Amino acid sequence: MNENAKARINGILLSTAHKIGLFLAMTVICLPGLWIVLASFRPTVEIMAKPPVWIPQDLSFDAYIAMFSGVGQGGIPIIEYFRNSLIISVTSTAIALAIGMAGGYAFARFRFKAKSSIFLGLMLTRTVPGIALSLPLFFVYSKLGIIDTHFGLITAYVALNVPFTIWLIDGFFRQVPKDLAEAAQIDGCTRWQAFWQVEFPLAGPGIASAGIFAFLTSWNEFALASQLTRSVNSKTLPVGLLDYTSEFTIDWRGMCALAVIMIIPALVLTFIVQKHLVSGLTSGAVKG
Amino acid sequence: MATVSLEKLVKRYGALEVVHGIDLEVADREFIALVGPSGCGKSTTLRMIAGLEPVSGGNLKIGGRIVNDLPPRARNLAMVFQSYALYPHMTVRENMGFSLKIAGQKPEEIAPQVEEAAKTLDLTHLLDRRPSQLSGGQRQRVAMGRAIVRNPDVFLFDEPLSNLDAKLRTQMRVEIKKLHAKVQSTVIYVTHDQVEAMTLADRIVIMRDGYIEQVGTPEDVFQRPQSKFVAGFIGSPPMNLKDAEVVDGQLVFTNGDRLPLPARFKDRVTAGQKVTFGLRPDDLYPAGHGIHSGEDADVHKQDLRVILTEPLGNETLVFSDFAGAEWVGRMLNPRRLSPGETLPFCFDLSQAHLFDRESGRTLRG
Repeated sequence: MNENAKARINGILLSTAHKIGLFLAMTVICLPGLWIVLASFRPTVEIMAKPPVWIPQDLSFDAYIAMFSGVGQGGIPIIEYFRNSLIISVTSTAIALAIGMAGGYAFARFRFKAKSSIFLGLMLTRTVPGIALSLPLFFVYSKLGIIDTHFGLITAYVALNVPFTIWLIDGFFRQVPKDLAEAAQIDGCTRWQAFWQVEFPLAGPGIASAGIFAFLTSWNEFALASQLTRSVNSKTLPVGLLDYTSEFTIDWRGMCALAVIMIIPALVLTFIVQKHLVSGLTSGAVKG
Repeated sequence: MATVSLEKLVKRYGALEVVHGIDLEVADREFIALVGPSGCGKSTTLRMIAGLEPVSGGNLKIGGRIVNDLPPRARNLAMVFQSYALYPHMTVRENMGFSLKIAGQKPEEIAPQVEEAAKTLDLTHLLDRRPSQLSGGQRQRVAMGRAIVRNPDVFLFDEPLSNLDAKLRTQMRVEIKKLHAKVQSTVIYVTHDQVEAMTLADRIVIMRDGYIEQVGTPEDVFQRPQSKFVAGFIGSPPMNLKDAEVVDGQLVFTNGDRLPLPARFKDRVTAGQKVTFGLRPDDLYPAGHGIHSGEDADVHKQDLRVILTEPLGNETLVFSDFAGAEWVGRMLNPRRLSPGETLPFCFDLSQAHLFDRESGRTLRG
């Protein structure tokens, strides 16, 4: 066999191995999600069966129907939870993005005193596990009387997300060549217009991804929310999952159904923004 | 159309002064090139004119109006960047019409102006592409188109050709020259490439370490350099510059080799004066392979040993050994030379330069 044939076969083998590897990795990542979706349609007996029942025998929408049936009929106040989750996540994401854009832009473009120390300080806040904050936060919030309010959770989530959004957006603004904003200013823009007309659209993918991350963090957060919420006034979906646990039983099917309800908006959002996440917009701006 | 005046213009970054109070008058419709080595302050000066860097001292006038503190948009100028700085998220059409859109013009007013500029630069077929789909030369033309559309008082160019390959650079140079002939605006052009400066500019400003060394027409700076620095900077290959001392009406080089003192300088030097002798490669050639511009008596003949040759086709650069150093000469109608060969060379002393070694200034009147 000559060298070329060998190299070709090697190439084929390598790409096959690559695909198998990818498939395995994707299976590991996707299977739990798939299992949750399946479990939400199956009776608890089947979910808890040992050995596991791999092929579902008995599928029904019972859990979803029950969920929306109202309190007392196996339902939970899902509309309220959903509304709370949405208000809290969207508002905190919007605020975190606004601060993140201002901060990220400042770190990327301006020189000021103690810049790297401030940046490092911001990043260090990320090293504190959120749950460690829950007790002090609880005391402060109860003194302020903002336990069980949207405002309380939004504030906590903004604080949680801002360092991250600043860091991410800073990186994206750094990739936008400075020349572009200068060219825009010479073309007649004010500093503010140059930002919105040129730098913002180019950093768009980065800002979108920072937004998704911030949204998902708020949407999925459980530890803080479970401490700082009390009632349907402010309970979010992850906290709502606990409604399915009672003293002696756990309604796994109901829990899975609620989890699916939680996953769907996050999934839809990610799909919508996905195309903006594809970077490479900046190629061709400068010498290429 | 406008004049540009720099009056004692200073740029400081904190305590560090990088442009030291330079004066320059740019006439209306003049093409001025700022040249100099990296870090000489030419780009900083251009950016001050553009309004991208604040002026630290002195006055900057465009069209007679002091613009020191005006933002770029209030100065009515256009700039072509080294990186082109095209907006990647816009098509060529949108790029070129951007300034008009910002100025509040309606799309139907913008379109004909963009079409017109595109026609001038042969960009019509590219109007709907994005910058990423264009070649370097095309991007360069779009950047110029964006500048033309604004119909500015002053065009600023910041090393616009340095990202292009050699062939394209020559081509674009011609286009820029044609463009200037057509639009007749004032142009300030920054480059480190002296060929660009020489070929394009009406006047050249040579800068060094934040000072202006000389301002003059291309002929001026080439034939009458005011300083050793200008002499060495303008011209390719650079002028041969060798230290010598005036002894008995002759130039004595460090190793003792001698050359007659060029007639023009006889009354301008004193015995024992330390000078730097300068001779362009064009004025040092193997006998019979060059043209001398002065009297025959001004041509000094001397046998030199060839170290190395660089054939360029129509001419050959000859590196030879004299006065303990390497001298570059230019051989017209070249024949093949081999290293080590010794042959008679002509020094055209009517074209020679002498500089004071200490101050570096020319000794010519």
